[in-house]
Parts: sequence; C-alpha cells; structure tokens
Amino acid sequence: MKRTVLFGALTIAGLAASAASAATLDDVKARGTLNCGVTTGLVGFAAPDANGVWTGFDVGVCRAVAAAIFGDPTAVEFVPTTGQTRFTALASGEIDLLARNTTWTFSRDTDLKFEFVGVNYYDGQGFMVPKALGVSSAKDLDGATVCIQTGTTTELNLADFFRTNNISYEPVPIETNAEAQQQYLAGACDVYTTDASGLASTRATFEAPDEHVLLPEIISKEPLGPLVRHGDSDWGDIARWTLNALISAEELGVTSANVEELSAAATDNPEVNRLLGTEGELGAMIGLEADWAKNAIMAGGNYGELFEKNIGENTPIGLARGLNAMWTEGGLIYSPPFR
Amino acid sequence: MSTLTDPPKPAFRLSQLIYDTRYRSITIQVVALILILAALYWLVNNTLDNLARLGKDFNYGFLSNPAGYDINQRLIEYNNQMSHGRAALVGILNTLLVAFLGCVTATVLGVIAGVLRLSKNWVVNKLMAVYVEGFRNVPLLLWIILIFAIMTESMPQPREFRGEEATQSMLLGDNVAITNRGIWIPRLAFTNSISGNEAVAPVEDAVPVASGAADWLLILGVLAASLIAIRFVRRRADRIQEATGDRPKTWYIQLGLLIVPVGIVFVILGLTIVSPYLRGFNFAEGIHLRNSLIALWIALSLYTGAFIAEIVRAGILAVSKGQTEAAFALGLQPARTMNLVVLPQAMRVIIPPLISQFLNLTKNSSLAIAVGYMDVRATLGGITINQTGRELEGMLLLGAFYLTLSLIISGAMNFYNTRTQLKER
Repeated sequence: MKRTVLFGALTIAGLAASAASAATLDDVKARGTLNCGVTTGLVGFAAPDANGVWTGFDVGVCRAVAAAIFGDPTAVEFVPTTGQTRFTALASGEIDLLARNTTWTFSRDTDLKFEFVGVNYYDGQGFMVPKALGVSSAKDLDGATVCIQTGTTTELNLADFFRTNNISYEPVPIETNAEAQQQYLAGACDVYTTDASGLASTRATFEAPDEHVLLPEIISKEPLGPLVRHGDSDWGDIARWTLNALISAEELGVTSANVEELSAAATDNPEVNRLLGTEGELGAMIGLEADWAKNAIMAGGNYGELFEKNIGENTPIGLARGLNAMWTEGGLIYSPPFR
Repeated sequence: MSTLTDPPKPAFRLSQLIYDTRYRSITIQVVALILILAALYWLVNNTLDNLARLGKDFNYGFLSNPAGYDINQRLIEYNNQMSHGRAALVGILNTLLVAFLGCVTATVLGVIAGVLRLSKNWVVNKLMAVYVEGFRNVPLLLWIILIFAIMTESMPQPREFRGEEATQSMLLGDNVAITNRGIWIPRLAFTNSISGNEAVAPVEDAVPVASGAADWLLILGVLAASLIAIRFVRRRADRIQEATGDRPKTWYIQLGLLIVPVGIVFVILGLTIVSPYLRGFNFAEGIHLRNSLIALWIALSLYTGAFIAEIVRAGILAVSKGQTEAAFALGLQPARTMNLVVLPQAMRVIIPPLISQFLNLTKNSSLAIAVGYMDVRATLGGITINQTGRELEGMLLLGAFYLTLSLIISGAMNFYNTRTQLKER
C-alpha cells in the first residue's frame, strides 16, 4: 500500500513538473523571481561584489528583465553556470534566461534549440601571453600550451586556427575562468585564450596586469547575447525587447537619471513616449505593465550606462566601445523601432 | 437410486487473492510488476514528451559528425576533423588507461601496506595504519586536487630548464624532466621499425627513430611465447619432482627464456631510448605524463590502495593460525608457508571485495573532471554533449559504457574467483 502511495505521489509530482514548463512568464511570476544563468565569475560581466551582490554587464541584463516583469531589479536568482553546464541548465528549465557571454551560432540557435534574443556585446577571440615570453603574434605559438575553457566556441575556433595555420599546440582543458587564471598565472600554460573582453576582464584582476599582453590577432566573430529556450516565443519577446529597450534608451537619450522625469508625462518625442508607456500600449502587447521599460532602464541604466559602469574605459577592465558603440556613432548596436 | 457426487467445491472468491496463502504471493508479484511497468512507462513517456516539447529528436547521428575540438592525450590517431565517435573512443582509451594503471598500482600498494600492517615492527605497523586511515577517511576528490595543485604550483616551468644559466636541470642523466606541465620520460623507439611509421630524429642531427603498434605486437608475441615455454619447463620440473622427489633447478632456464628471445628482437629492431628535450615552449619527444594523468593516477592508487590494504589484512587474518602452525610443524619455511598455505586460502576471502574496489576505482576515474583529464566523461560526456546538444543520447551512451566496463571487470574477476575457490565435492 505504501508503495502505491509513493508511486502515486511521484507520478503526480512528475506530471506537475512537466506541465509547469508551458508558459515561462507565468512560471516566473508565480515564483516571484527570475532564474538567470550567469558565469561563475568574470569581473565586469558577472561576479559577486564584496557584499555578495552580483554585478556586471550581463547581470545588468538579468536585472533589467526582472525589473521589466516585477518592477524590482533584485527579484533575480543568479545561477552560476560553467561553459559545460549552461546549456543543460537552460534546456532543462533550471534557468529562464541565460546571460553568460554566450556566442550566437547557427547550431546553438537551431540544433541545440535555443533562441538568441539579441547581441549585447560584439566580441572576438583573442590570446593573452606573459610579456616575458616575447611573443608578438599568435602565429608564433607553435608548440605552446594553451589554456581553454571546454564546451565553448573558443575551443572550436582555436582548433580551426591552429589547423589552418598548420601549427601545433597542447590544449589544457579547464572548467571556469577562475581555474584558467590560476593555471595561467602558475605557468602551467603559456597562453590563455577566450573572448577578448574576457581576457581584458581577467587581466584586470591580476596583481601585475602590465606583465601580460593581448596578441593582436582576433581569430573569430563572437556575438555575445542572452538566450532563452525554443518554443516559448512570448518569453523570448520579453527578453528581446527588454534588451532593445536598453539600447533604444541610449539612442533616445533616456538615462537612469532622467527616466523618472521623462516618464512622468508625455514628452515631445513620440518614440520616447511609446518606450516609456506614456503613449500607446506596448507593455500590454507583451503581457507586462505599461512602465516595464522604465523599470528596466531604472534597474541599471541604459545600454551605454551599463557598459560604462561595468566594463567601460573608466573601469579597471577598460574596454573601448569599438564595435559596441551605437549605430549612430559607427558601431553595431542597433535596436528595431518601438512602434 | 443414489448418485455419488463430489462434495461441492467452494467457489473462488475474490478475497482469496489477499487472504489465501496459495494466491497471495502471486497477487503481490502481479501488483508489483504492474507498478514497476507503470513507473517505467511514465519515465519513458515523460522523457519522450519533453523531448517532443523541446522539438528534439532522439538519434545517434551526431557520432559521425566532425568533432572540431582537440584532445591533448591521445592513445590513437586523432585530430579535430575526426568524428565525435572517434573522440569518444579516444576518451574511452584514456579512461581505460588510468583505470588500468590505477588498478595495478593500487593492488601493489594495497598488498604491501596490508602485509606490513600485520608486521610486528611497531613503527612499520603504525606508519601503515596512518596511511590507511589517512587515505580512507579523506574524500578522493581532495587528494586529486591536492596532487594536481602541488604539480602545477610548485614544479618548475619548462623555460627554467633553458639556456646557460638554467635554474633547473633534468634528472637521471638528462632523461626525465619534471615540470609544472607534467613529467616527460624517455620512450623506447626502434631504428629498424617494422610499423612503417615515419621515422623522426629525436634531436637535430640524430638517427631517425620510429615506434609503432606492429613493433610492440611483435615484442608482446615473443614475450607470450617465452611465457608458454617457461610453463612447459615448470611442468616438466613438476613431473620429475613427483616421480623422483627431486626438483631440478630451472631458474636459470626460466630467466634465459624470458630475457634472451625478447632481447634478440630488441637488437634486431634496433632499440633506442629517445629522451625528451626542450623545443620551443615545451619539452618534445619522450612520453609526456600530464599533470591531470599523474594527479588522477596517484590519487586513485593511494586512495583505493588504502582500502585494498584492509582487505588484504582481513584476508590474511581470516586464515586460522592452526594452518600456519601445521605448516611449520611440517617443516615449511615461513616464506613458503605464506606462499603455499596462507595466501592461497586468504585469496578466497580477498578476491570478492577486491572486485568492488576495482569497480570503484574505474568509476571514480570520472572524477577526472576536477583536473581536466580527457577521459570519456570529458569527451563524449562533456564537450560532445555541449557542442551537439545531445544530452540524453550522450549520457545514455556514457552510462552504457561504464556499465559494460564494470561488468567485464567483475566477470573477469569472478572467473578468477571460481578458479581459486575451495573445490567442494
């Protein structure tokens, strides 16, 4: 008898679990928090600060989405994932949104059944070596030992780069950025390769950043962006347009400082009005409150503010906007219109 | 007229299924079977349902697609243009390698420690107790990481071996290099290799040498033939001993049979020792034992060795003291008593738990994940799954591999066990 009860309970629990994944937005609302997958720690992009609060450029996207849904940027449960665990975590429903400098590729979008909602950082793969090694080009790296995060596109690019240049290397597979840093600093590998932004961020945390150089070669295109599961387009829309709202806000001059004032009453600019919900019903169209975009912008500022605060030139990481400048300023960052 | 009728049979009532002992066990079994089948059906159905919802199908076609990633430790030919299936095979061989090395060293360590722990010498006895308790009671993962950290953090970098004012030098006559990227040891190669491998010069201006599977197969074949010949010599000695009571001295024949044929083959093939040397960023040539392999191998051996030591000790203690005393009474030397009387009986107690230790070691080798050793978990169960998104297929295949390997190991050990068991008639 006990056994039947147990099986009955298991069956019901299982059915409940499988039925729950229908509408992600409803799940998130019922739970009261957004489960957001981030890195295990990459300063500037996603890392806990001294008080244990997650901060960073990717974290900013998570917080903006949470703010758009709940009006509360702290309603996020951050789930640290490694290069290898991130996709399983997303596919299985453990996280609702993955904002972990993940490269948008064809097979991830189609075969792995994910939906990239946009690009929040245009990057490329680079190499970092100690200055003492005297290497000035990646093509001098014949026979070098290379630290590489497994389960990433960088692993595949690296293999392609060394094969096409007909030079050999010894890969040292590692799981997380912290592990790579320790191995690299101990000299167990000559070279550390990952996205150039990641290298800059890692180097910024070194005791003597000046003793390490980034090689001039950028060997790949790495459009990094947040992603969700295939199959729930409504949820994908929320994530996509939250990111677009941050980008449009920068373009339209809406910042965390003036968003309160601009959203108090309709302004002269109809696009600002539509974005901030003082005109039209864009919020209702994606199942959110009218002030969703205002909340998202207030969470951490617009795209440019997030960039400058976390990884910009005035931070230790010191990345220039480069490709990630607004399209109006010669970059690639561009949002479709809010209409 | 009277008719004889059987007494009326009691009609079958449904309650008999529960209260009648003739039917009850069947009822319970049928109910249990239905429940188990229902649970299985639910599991499979739920999986298929969720796969369909994610829009994923179930197929193993990905195994023949190009893998695209590199693997540092390869026992067979592999490059990143080969298939995921090949990458999985490279991983499988790496798993088998560390499991085999681990089982051998763990057994040697365990037997030595187990016997020494029974020693009457207080210091030896206590030292072994410290070893056993220390390794048995600390998680294996910590040992793996500790050894790995010692290797990477405190060993010199290859570049410290370079130049006139090198701070480090190679050991054993410039043959072994211990670095924070692993240990390079010399390898054996053949100047007259029959494998058809391309010959390479160990250093500039040296004689080119090669080594290949064909050479080693030849050597193993000769070695096997020698062992069979040695067996014949022993059998003959046994027969003479049984007929005459005197055992002819055969050790020099055995030794000669073991060494001479293999030695001749070595000479014909032109055996050369190829030492590692510095080239570019790293040492080249020789055999590179990577930190990940060393950490995993040593930690697995020490950890499992501690358990085996206890098993061996228990096995020896299980042989009654009367057996030893009887052997002494017959005039057997202590060493022969151990070999002929105690150990054969102890083996019967030792082998069954030893099987589970070998299985544990093999499965524990998947802790390779902690140090980036490219075993089957890292290739098939890690990168391949990640690049292709075939979690279910990959994990099922991985599970099937470990299951098969474990069954093979326990099958082989059980075969040995039945051979050594007490023959009861």
